[in-house]
Amino acid sequence: MQREGSPWRGLSVVYFRELFDHLTSVRMLVLQFLVVLLGGAVVYFAAEQIRNTTAEDPFLFLRLFAPPGQSLLSFVLVLSILVPILAIGLGFDAINGEYNRRTMSRILAQPIYRDALLFGKFLAGLSTIAIALVTLWLLVIGFGLLRLGVPPSGEEIGRLFIFLLVTIAYAGIWLALAVTFSVFFRSTATAALVALGLWLFLALLWPALAQMLGEVISPSDIRFAQLGLPTPDTLAWQQGLSRVSPGTLYGEAVVAMLNPDAQSMTTLLAQFQGRIGAPLPLDQSIMQAWPQMVSLIAGTILLYVIGYVAFQRQEVRA
Amino acid sequence: MSDNVIEAQGLTKRYGGIAAVDGVSFTVGRGEIFGLLGPNGAGKTTTILMMLGLTEVTAGSVSVLGHDPAREPLQVKRVVGYLPDSVGFYDHMTARDNLRYTAALIGIEPADRDKRIAAALDRVGLPDVGEKKVGAFSRGMRQRLGLAEILMKDVSIAILDEPTSGLDPHATHELLETIRSLKHDGVAVLLSSHLLERVQSVCDRVALFNAGRIALLGTVPELARQVLGGGYNVEVEADGEGLGVLFSDIPGVKAVDQAGPSRYRLLADRDVRAQAAAAVVNGGGALRRLSVEEPSLEAIYSRYFDNQALQQQATSQVNNHAA
Repeated sequence: MQREGSPWRGLSVVYFRELFDHLTSVRMLVLQFLVVLLGGAVVYFAAEQIRNTTAEDPFLFLRLFAPPGQSLLSFVLVLSILVPILAIGLGFDAINGEYNRRTMSRILAQPIYRDALLFGKFLAGLSTIAIALVTLWLLVIGFGLLRLGVPPSGEEIGRLFIFLLVTIAYAGIWLALAVTFSVFFRSTATAALVALGLWLFLALLWPALAQMLGEVISPSDIRFAQLGLPTPDTLAWQQGLSRVSPGTLYGEAVVAMLNPDAQSMTTLLAQFQGRIGAPLPLDQSIMQAWPQMVSLIAGTILLYVIGYVAFQRQEVRA
Repeated sequence: MSDNVIEAQGLTKRYGGIAAVDGVSFTVGRGEIFGLLGPNGAGKTTTILMMLGLTEVTAGSVSVLGHDPAREPLQVKRVVGYLPDSVGFYDHMTARDNLRYTAALIGIEPADRDKRIAAALDRVGLPDVGEKKVGAFSRGMRQRLGLAEILMKDVSIAILDEPTSGLDPHATHELLETIRSLKHDGVAVLLSSHLLERVQSVCDRVALFNAGRIALLGTVPELARQVLGGGYNVEVEADGEGLGVLFSDIPGVKAVDQAGPSRYRLLADRDVRAQAAAAVVNGGGALRRLSVEEPSLEAIYSRYFDNQALQQQATSQVNNHAA
């Protein structure tokens, strides 16, 4: 059965209203304040650290975002924790909030499709986060220029730009999750708690659990263990499982982009073969992070579609 | 096409196996006020949602100004205004901004918007609170704001779900006045309610819902004749000889009760005050008082359900005997 009219009718109306709402809301103000405060502190200390090192480094600017070595807190780590909170905070009451305010049936009685309402809300949330992230990104680069006194190279800007896009995609997957939960749970509190619970589970417990599960599914081979090496099959399972968490995907993509001399699994292999050396060029880094980036975007689309289908089939009356 | 703006034929909605609305058929004419009445959970809101294309029709068909709400929802929603049961607005926005948002969704030209919003707010009696946040509005004000939205939309059909529930008598009166003015503009109004007395005064025709079906359909006097077998109670106080016989000869009178030495109660299927007065005067009597009680929807309603219950009892007794 063909529907008459465009599903996008009213999309821009919903989009701009929601965007305006987000940008002026107290909720967004608090979240943004948190991000700027934590991000600022972390970047400041990273800059201090960089100023104290005298060694020549072709990627000085990238160190501002992801300091080398075992730094306790990096800007990237702060983002990987705060971006999900930001996204869940903006999306958890997208649909159920309309039901609770009893505005849903009134809005849907206007000549628009449900598509426009859901997509407008999702896009507005994503734009809000994107605006916040771009602002933050520019602030950090500006701060770096002032504090380090070295302009970033073209390659560094390219890497940082892709890092920005990956971060927005990372926000997208959490926003899609939050919006989908807001379709499934009629109570906003339940939706927020379930989304935050899932985030905590994936961020804190899942990495350890993935290690254990990998060991169970494909036990380590004693011969590799004697050599002090991980068993390739076990390692593959563990990595595959841990990549269920968007945080892992994001971390891997960011490391590839911001640490050109990082040792990922493929470079680990190269290391054995004695091919360690120069940092990867930009295009190779992109190749390396490509599967993770695609996974993040695909996950966003998948979660959104689940929410979309559920929303289309939902009864309007409470 | 006929002059009907809404035509429903065997409209059915099932949730799981249970029929919320079961084979409902009715029509609403242009500029008519049509009441959907019945207890809570009788299927009134579900019927309304099907007319708006907001819920899928299981069986049967409905046509709104010639459009099928399931296939052409945008066309239908362009010409229909809907005021949901306990309507909600965005509390942090002003009344005017709430209406501006809907106006944009409807697609009213930006140049036109503010003018139409101001006119609509004026008409529902909220001209001064346009810049106030809706969060501070009372229930009655929200209801009126919802009506303003329909007025602004300039529709040919207005569907109001329980518009009077939870309103004080004064607010109810004002709301009903606005509904009458809608009819005056040629807008067909379909309203659902379980408050019969209020609705009776504005509705041209009513449909009484019971358990997903339309039990009775027609104008209030028609229903009264059908259910009460009359409905008009004429009370006469008069002195005279043999008045009771004279009264019972009046066409339309079904029964005459003598309530006191000079008090009579006439049960009739129409207003027979004039004839009764003539009978008293012609019979040489002295008329002291004459009054009529019009048939109330409330009486029709409770009588109908009493009858239903009696019938059910009877059938179950018959069944018990059979077993």
